[in-house]
Amino acid sequence: MASATRRDVLPLEARGLSVRLGGREILHSLSFRLDAGKRTVILGPNGAGKTTLLRALHGLIPCAGSITWNAGSRDRHSEAMVFQQPVMLRRSALANVEYALAVNGVRGEERHRRAREALERAGLADLAARPARVLSGGERQRLALARAWALRPRILYLDEPTASLDPAAAAAVEADIGRVHAAGTRVVMTTHRLGLARRVADEILFIDDGKLVEQTPADRFFEAPRSDEARRFLNGELP
Amino acid sequence: MAEILASFGLALRLMAAGDPEFVRIVTLSLEVSLASAALACAIGLPLGAVVAVASFPGRHAAIVLMNALLGLPSVVVGLVVYLLLSRAGPLGDLGILFTPPAIVIAQTLLVVPMVAALSRQTVQDAWHEYREQLTSLNVRPRRAVATLLWDARLSLFTVALAGLGRAFSEVGAVMIVGGNVDGVTRVMTTAIALKTAEGELPLALALGLVLLAMVLALNAGAYLLREWSARRHG
Repeated sequence: MASATRRDVLPLEARGLSVRLGGREILHSLSFRLDAGKRTVILGPNGAGKTTLLRALHGLIPCAGSITWNAGSRDRHSEAMVFQQPVMLRRSALANVEYALAVNGVRGEERHRRAREALERAGLADLAARPARVLSGGERQRLALARAWALRPRILYLDEPTASLDPAAAAAVEADIGRVHAAGTRVVMTTHRLGLARRVADEILFIDDGKLVEQTPADRFFEAPRSDEARRFLNGELP
Repeated sequence: MAEILASFGLALRLMAAGDPEFVRIVTLSLEVSLASAALACAIGLPLGAVVAVASFPGRHAAIVLMNALLGLPSVVVGLVVYLLLSRAGPLGDLGILFTPPAIVIAQTLLVVPMVAALSRQTVQDAWHEYREQLTSLNVRPRRAVATLLWDARLSLFTVALAGLGRAFSEVGAVMIVGGNVDGVTRVMTTAIALKTAEGELPLALALGLVLLAMVLALNAGAYLLREWSARRHG
């Protein structure tokens, strides 16, 4: 857990970040900096490498180049991720959150209290005893968010958090993301939904074909993108 | 046909009468098979799960070996255990040849490869689904193995049941290391073999029917449990 006495992990600086998977270069030498306090949306057409970038930042896949944390070495406890299709363990919703806390060294009464608190914050207290794998898609997504947030990460990665959700569930997830940000966790998410990006983003990392095209404050990006690719993407000309 | 019908009648009478010798045979069969299946699961499940999750040199060879051992001829296992346990063998001092523990050892050795190979496959499939999520949650390999074993418990229950079935139906190795001693190591399969050899075919068939009924009952119970659990936990 990030403590007040330790140096903050942010800003995070990526230099020449490249990822090869199965002999194909998915990301080509991306360099950018993520400052504290903002919500970053990674935007780009299908197959641009958005998910790969999140996974590389989160350390799930090997990458070339460097990712430098302000705190020095990587502290895995300061990061969490919500996957597009989150995996729920075959146990209750509450037990899923407790499991994540247990793995990260939270013991006894404290673990139970924090798990309950996380469910309540996400408005999922009624579902606490329900088996997690039989929840609806929207409920699972929100539970995944609650589970990740319970770890009190400094930075939270979200991969297409509202994809394949109905509008009501998507709105609930969006509200959750707002609360996560308000509580001081750095949000980095991918989406291909422009509406969501407009509402949530403070800054946009626009990538296309594995390259970082621009990193721009969100209001400026949507009004006057610097690159042709971004303009075409906003006009719906890219997939 | 008449013989088969007669066997059905005899099987029912045997079960209803509770003939002491019959009860002893059935009880011993149950005891040694449950014990061997339990031991084999205690060894085979973690073994299969570790091979599924861990990466180490020779992992592929280990998988091939595990799968190959599925086809292990039971008489060979019986012979090896016999040699180990015989008076002159390295474990001869235990003095357990021709006793139920010898049967348990032989059956366990036969069932372990089956449980290990099948659970390796099951856990590997689960690992494929869980891997990134568990890594993201900072789960260490040892805990991942335990988590996967628990989360795949429904499928692994079927694996355990298959192992129990193998132990139940085993005859070759049991005959060699148990000796089919009346009242000591006679189990259902060896009794069937003996009665067949003695020409008491209705009795042999009746015993076979009882064996079948027990295996069916076990599987039906397991099926119901699995269905209930699947509905409840997804």
